[in-house]
Amino acid sequence: MSHVSTEITDKPYQQHHFDSMEQQTQSTLLGIWLFMAQEILFFGGMFATYTIYRLLYPQAWALGAGTQNVWLGMTNTIVLIGSSVSIVFAVHAARHNQRGQVMKWFAVTLLLGTVFFGIKSIEYGGKWNHHMVPGLRWDDGHALHTIQEHAPEGMNVTELPKGIQLYYSLYFVMTGMHALHMVVGFGLAIWIMIKNARGCFNSEYYPHVEYFGLYWHFVDIVWIFLFPLLYLV
Amino acid sequence: MNDKAEHTPELNYLNAGHTVKSWLLTVDHKRIGILYLIAMTCFFLIGACAAALFRIELATAAPDLLANDTYNRLFTMHGIIMVFFFLIPAVPGVLGNFLVPLMIGAKDVAFPRLNLASWYIYMLGGMFTLAAVILGGIDTGWTFYTPYSSVYADSNVILAGSGVFITGFSSILTGLNFIVTIHKMRAPGMRWMRLPLFIWAQYATSIINVLGTPVIAITLLLVVFERGFGFGIFDPQKGGDPVLYQHLFWFYSHPAVYIMILPGFGVVSEVIACFSRKRIYGYEFVAFSSLAIAAIGFFVWGHHMFTSSQSVYAALIFSVLSFLVGIPTAIKIFNWTATLYKGSIELSAPMIYTLGFIGLFMVGGLTGLFLATMAVNVHLHDTYFVVAHFHYVMVGGMMFAWLAGLHFWWPKLFGKMYNSFWAKVGAVIIFFGFNFTFFPQFIAGYMGMPRRYHVYDTVYQPFQMLSTAGAFFMGSGLIICFVTLVASLFSKKHCGRNPWKATGLEWMKAASPPDPHNFTSPVVVDVEAYDYTDERVYEDA
Repeated sequence: MSHVSTEITDKPYQQHHFDSMEQQTQSTLLGIWLFMAQEILFFGGMFATYTIYRLLYPQAWALGAGTQNVWLGMTNTIVLIGSSVSIVFAVHAARHNQRGQVMKWFAVTLLLGTVFFGIKSIEYGGKWNHHMVPGLRWDDGHALHTIQEHAPEGMNVTELPKGIQLYYSLYFVMTGMHALHMVVGFGLAIWIMIKNARGCFNSEYYPHVEYFGLYWHFVDIVWIFLFPLLYLV
Repeated sequence: MNDKAEHTPELNYLNAGHTVKSWLLTVDHKRIGILYLIAMTCFFLIGACAAALFRIELATAAPDLLANDTYNRLFTMHGIIMVFFFLIPAVPGVLGNFLVPLMIGAKDVAFPRLNLASWYIYMLGGMFTLAAVILGGIDTGWTFYTPYSSVYADSNVILAGSGVFITGFSSILTGLNFIVTIHKMRAPGMRWMRLPLFIWAQYATSIINVLGTPVIAITLLLVVFERGFGFGIFDPQKGGDPVLYQHLFWFYSHPAVYIMILPGFGVVSEVIACFSRKRIYGYEFVAFSSLAIAAIGFFVWGHHMFTSSQSVYAALIFSVLSFLVGIPTAIKIFNWTATLYKGSIELSAPMIYTLGFIGLFMVGGLTGLFLATMAVNVHLHDTYFVVAHFHYVMVGGMMFAWLAGLHFWWPKLFGKMYNSFWAKVGAVIIFFGFNFTFFPQFIAGYMGMPRRYHVYDTVYQPFQMLSTAGAFFMGSGLIICFVTLVASLFSKKHCGRNPWKATGLEWMKAASPPDPHNFTSPVVVDVEAYDYTDERVYEDA
C-alpha cells in the first residue's frame, strides 16, 4: 500500500508480505496441493455417483461402454499423455532459462490438447447423431438400435437396460467437467505464454510454468481414470 | 510500542486510502474483512426480514397474511441466505480475515489477491441468489431436495443453485488461504501449541471447507444440469436415486454445520480466557477437539436420513458416529466451564454473549443427541423439534458467538469502544428473546407439529404465538445491538490499543485500528498462549 519497504529490491520476485523467497515458494506450493485436494473431492462426488449406479445397473454400464469407440478413446489417452510429457519439457526448459523452448513446448501441449478436443467432438457428435444425449436429444428406438449394433455377438438386446440414460448422463457430465478443466488450462497456458514472451521468467523464477505443469498433470490423471471407467469396463 | 494509547494512530488501515477504489481493489486482509462485514450484514437483514414475515403469518393458525406458495418461498429464502451467506462465511470472512494474520504475527494472508477474489466470488454468488429472489423466489427449502427441485418445482432453482455453487468457491479459496497462512506465515516463535485457539478453530474449519464444499458444488451442478438439460442423475424415471442426492447433499451440509460452529468455538475460547483472566483449561484438548470434530463430522451425515429409506445398518452406524461427535464437543464445554472456575469473571458484553452461547449451544447439542437416537428420530423427524434444535445451534450457538466476537474485537477493528451499558442490554434482550422464540418450538414439535406448514391445528397456536412475540423481542435486541455498535463509530474517544487487557499479538503488538502492514516492528513470540500472568498484557493500554 502506501509505503512498501525498500529492503526487498534485491529480491525482485518476492511479494512484500512474505519474509523470504523460500516462504513464498513453499506457501504457493502448499496452496496448489490444497487446490488439487479440493479438485479430487469435486470429481470424487461424480466418481461416487458413478460407482453406486454402476453397482445398481451393471448391464447398462456394460452395454453403454460397448457403444464407445475404444480406439478413439485410446488415441485421446495417448494424446493427453503426450501433452503431459511436453509440459514436462516446458518446465525443464524454464529451469534452464530457455525461453524459446518454453514457448515451443507450450505450443506442442496446446496442439495436442486441440487434437484431444477434435476427437472428443467427433465422439460427442456421434452420440448427438444417434440420439443418445439424455434430456437434450434422446430417442429410445435409436439408442436401442445403436446398442444392439455394438452388443457382444450372439446377444439379442430386445429392450433398453435399466439405467442406461444414467450411464450417458454421467459420461457427459464427467467428460464434460474434464473438458472444462482443459479449457481453463488452455486459458492459463496462453496467459503464461504471454508472460514468457515478455520475459517474466528466468531460471530462478518460473512458478507459473511449474504449477501449470502440476495442474495439467492433474487433468491428465483424471482422464486416465475416466478412460477405463467409461470405455473399458 | 511507540504509538500513544489515547490517540488513533495517524496511519492505520482504515485511513490508508479514502477512495472507493482503495476499498474495492484492496488486498489488505483487514479491509477485506470489513467488506465481508458490510455485505454480510446486508444479507443478514434480508434473511431476518423474511423470517419476520413468516413469523407474523405463523402467529395464528389460519392463513391470513401469506399465500402458501409465498410462505414456502420465504422460508426457503430465509434458509438459503442465512446458511450460505451469513452463518458459513460470517466468522471466517470477517473475523477470520481480519484476525488470522494478526494473531500469528504475519503481514497478510498467504494469497492476498486470492483473498479479494474470494470476496468477489461471494458477492457474485450472492447476486445470483438475490436475482432468484427478485425474479420470484425459490420454494424447495434450503436443501434443494430432488426430484422436487430438479423436476417439479416451479421456481428459480437454477439461479439459486448456481448462486450457492459459486459462493462455495469463495469458502474453498478462503479455507485454502487460511491453511497455507497458518502453516507458513507464523511469526518466529509462534509454535503450533502457542497459537490462539481461534486459529485452531479456523484451521479445522478450513479443512472442512476445502474437502467438503467441492462435493456440494458438484451435487448442485448435477441438479442444475438435470433441471436445465434433462440429464437424469437423480431422476427415478431414468433409474436415478433421489436418496443419493440426499447423501451427497448431507456429505457437505452436515460438516457445514461444523463450518458454521467451529469458528464460533474459537471466538468463545478467546473471550472466556480474557474475561476469566486465565489460561484456557486443557488448551491441547480444546485445540485437538476442533480437529476431531472436523474429522468425525465428515462421517455422520446419514443421521439426516433415518426416515429416507436408508439401510438400517447404515443408520445404526451413523447414529453411533453422531453420538461420538458429541464427545469432542463436550470436551470443549467442560474445559470452558473449568476455565471459568475460580476465574476473575468480568461480565462485559462479549462475555454475556459467550455465556449465553454455552448455555444455548448445550441445549442445541443435547437435543441433537435426542435426534441422533433412531427411534426418537422417527417421532421427531421434520417437526418443529428439529427446527428448534438447529436454531439453538445456529442462532443460540453461532450467532451468539459471532456477536460475542464482533463485540470483543470491535475496538480492534475500528479503534472505538461502544457504550457498554446498551451493548449489555442488547445482549440480554437477544438472549431472552431467543429463548421465547425457540423453546416453545421444542414443545410444539414434540407434540407433533410438522415444520414448513403455514396453516396448522389450533392446538399449536399458543406456542407459535409465543414464538412470534419472542422473535420480535429478539429483533428489538438486535436493533439495539446494531445501533450501539454503529453509534460508537461516531465517538471521538479512542479506545486504546488493548482495552480488554487481553493476550494475543493482535492486542499486545498491533495498534487499534492496526497499521496497514499490521505490525510496525518485527514480531517475535516468546510466551505461551493466554498467559495472563505476563505483565506486558497490562502495559500502557
